[in-house]
Amino acid sequence: MRKQEHMQSLKQNARIINGLLGLTFVTMIAAQFLIFVYVPTEQTMGVAQRIFYFHVPLGWNAFLAFAVVFVCSILYLLRRDKKWDRLARSSAEIGLIFTTLVLIAGTIWDKPAWGTWWTWDPRLTTTLILWFIYLAYHLVSVYATEESQGARYAAVVGIIGFLDVPIVALAIVLWPTQHPSPIIFEGGLTGSMMLTLMVSIVAFTLLYASLLILRTSLRHDADEIKKLKQYMDERN
Amino acid sequence: MDVMAAQTDGYAIEVKRLTKVYGEHYALRGIDLSVKWGDFLAIFGPNGAGKTTLLKVLATIVKPSSGDVSVAGFNLSEDAVKVRNRIGVVSHQTLLYDDLSAYENLRFYGKMYEVADLKNRINQLVAQVGLESRLHDPVRTLSRGMQQRLAIARALIHDPPILLLDEPGTGLDQQASAMLADIIISTLTRQRTVIMTTHSLEQGAALSNRVIIIADGKIAYEGPKQQDLGSLREAYYQHTGVKN
Amino acid sequence: MKGAASKTLAIVWKDITSEMRTKEVATSLVAFALLIIVVVSFTLEPGENNGSLAASILWVALTFAGVLGLSRSFIIEKDKGCLQGLMLCPVDRSILYLGKMLSIMIFMIVVEIIILPVFIVLLDQSGFPPQLPVIALLATIGFAAVGTLFSAMAVNTRAREVMMPLLFLPIASPVIIAAIKSTGLVLSGESWGAIASWLGVMAAFDVIFLTVSPLVFEFVIEE
Repeated sequence: MRKQEHMQSLKQNARIINGLLGLTFVTMIAAQFLIFVYVPTEQTMGVAQRIFYFHVPLGWNAFLAFAVVFVCSILYLLRRDKKWDRLARSSAEIGLIFTTLVLIAGTIWDKPAWGTWWTWDPRLTTTLILWFIYLAYHLVSVYATEESQGARYAAVVGIIGFLDVPIVALAIVLWPTQHPSPIIFEGGLTGSMMLTLMVSIVAFTLLYASLLILRTSLRHDADEIKKLKQYMDERN
Repeated sequence: MDVMAAQTDGYAIEVKRLTKVYGEHYALRGIDLSVKWGDFLAIFGPNGAGKTTLLKVLATIVKPSSGDVSVAGFNLSEDAVKVRNRIGVVSHQTLLYDDLSAYENLRFYGKMYEVADLKNRINQLVAQVGLESRLHDPVRTLSRGMQQRLAIARALIHDPPILLLDEPGTGLDQQASAMLADIIISTLTRQRTVIMTTHSLEQGAALSNRVIIIADGKIAYEGPKQQDLGSLREAYYQHTGVKN
Repeated sequence: MKGAASKTLAIVWKDITSEMRTKEVATSLVAFALLIIVVVSFTLEPGENNGSLAASILWVALTFAGVLGLSRSFIIEKDKGCLQGLMLCPVDRSILYLGKMLSIMIFMIVVEIIILPVFIVLLDQSGFPPQLPVIALLATIGFAAVGTLFSAMAVNTRAREVMMPLLFLPIASPVIIAAIKSTGLVLSGESWGAIASWLGVMAAFDVIFLTVSPLVFEFVIEE
C-alpha cells in the first residue's frame, strides 16, 4: 500500500518535471527566435549587442541562484534537513555556471564595444569576485574531512558570501575608472527590445528552475544509493 | 560547591534513543542508557563502534542527530553551558597548550570555569597528580605520562560531579598507565560519577562497577554488577567478533 | 556579562602568553610582510613610485601576512585537541569566537606597528599620514572578523593552506580595495574628506561581519 502511494507520487513528480521541461523548451525556442530573427540590430553597437539578451538574463539568474543558496543555507543550519543542503549546493553549482557564462559573454561583448577583452566594468568585476566566492563555496565542501561538516561549511560560506555581495559591489562602484560607465544603449530600450529581453529572462529563469530540480533530485538519488550501499555493507 | 546539591535524585546521565548520523553513515543508532549518581561505567567496543562519539555527545562537543540526552539533570540541547560546568573530560588528546607551563594551562582553564580561589585549587590538584616539581615548565617538555596526569588535573579543575574519560591510557606505557589508574581512583569521591571508554578489559573491569559493550553504534551487551574477566572476554568476542 | 568579558580576556591572554614565549607568529609575519615590500619595491624605477602604487604594495604584503597569521591561529588550537578543550568550557561559542578574533587582531596590529614606519621609509614617502592608523585599524578588524571564521574552517579541511586564501581573499576583497584606495589617497596628501566613503565601506563590512560571524561560528566548530 505504501509502495503504491510512493509510486503514485513519483509519477506525479515526473509529470510536473516533464511539464516544466516542455515549457522551458518552448520558451527558449521563442527567445532564440526573438533574439536572432525578430529584434532589429542596434545601430551603434551592431550585431554584438544581441549578446545583451543572454548576458542580462544569465546575470539575473546567477544572482537569483545565489539568493536561493543564502536562504537554503540558513534553513539548513537551523533545521539540519539534508534537503536544504541539496538545494543550496545544486543552486550554487548552477549559479557558478551562469556566472561563468556571464563572464564569457561579457568579454565577447567588450571586445567590439570597447576594443578590449576585459574592462573593469563594475558589474562584470563584481560578477568575477562572486565567481571566486562561490568557487570557494564549492571547494570547501569538497575538501572538508567529513560530509556533514562539508555541508555546514558550505552553508556558512553561502551566508557570508551573499552578505558580502552588496559591499563588494559598493567598493567596486566607488572605484573611479577611466572606462565609460556601462550605458547599454543610448535612448533606452525600444518596445521590441524590451519584449525580447523579457521573454529571454523568462526562458532563462525557467531553465534555472528546471536545472535546479533535476540537479537536486540527482543529488537525492545519489544520497539514497549511498544509504543503500551502507546498508548492504552492514549486512555482509 | 552547589553543583553537588542537585544530584540527590534522578540519574547523572540519561540517554534516550540517541542517534548520530554523519552524512549517510550512522555512528550511533539508538542508544538508551541511564547512569546513576556514583556509578563507574566502563564502555568497551572496537574502534569505530561509536564509543568516542557517545562520549563527545555527552560532552556537548558533538550535536546529536536525534534523541534526548540529559546530563546532571540538564537537557543537552537547552542547557549546554550548565552541562559543561558539571562535566570533566579526559581524552587521549591532552587538550593542553604546549607552549604554556602546567601552571598557566591550569590557570587558563580555571578562569574559563570561574574557579574560586584558583591558586590553592591548582596547588592542590598538582600535588594530587604529583607534578609539583614541574609546575612551571612548558608542557612540551613533559613526558607523555606527565602530560596525561596534567590532563586529569585540567579535567578536575572545577571539581565536576561527572567525569568522562575517553581512552585516557592510550599511548602510555604500562607503568604510566598504572599510575594513571591510581590517580583516577584517588581523585574519586563517593559522589563522583565516571564514564570511561577503554580498550583494556582488565583495567575497565577492575575500576568500574558496571560495564557495557558497544558495537556498530548500538549497546550490544550490558554486564551484570559482578562481572568476572573471563565471561566479559567471552561476551566481548561474541558481540564484536574481536578477541581482547 | 562580567564573566563573559573575563573569559574572553583569558583566551586573549593565553594566546599572547604562548606567543610571547615562542614569538613564532609575530616574527614570521613581520619577516614575510617585509620581504614582499622589499622584493617588490626593489623592482620599481626611481620616480615610478607614487602613492597609489605604494599603497597596493603595502596592502598586498599586509593581506598575505594576515592570511598566514590567521591560519596559524587555529592550527595552534588543533594540535593537542585544544579546540575541544575550549568547546568544553562553560561559555557560549560566541565568546570563543570573540577571544580568538581579538587575539589575532592584536597580533596583526603589532605587525602593522612595525611594518608601517618601515614601509614609509623603504618606499620613500614624504611623511606618515595621520589617517593611516585609522585605515589600518578598520581593515584589521574586517580581516580578523571573517578571518577567524575561515581559519577555524580551513584547519579542518584537507589542503588547509590553500583553502584559507581561497576563502578569505574574495570575501575580504571590499576591505582590501578600500584599504588600498584610501591609503593611496592619503599618501598623495588628500584629507579625511576624500577617504570618508572608503572608511564607510570598511566600517560597514566590519559591522556586518562582527554581527554575523559569532552567530555562525558555532556551526563551524561543531563536530
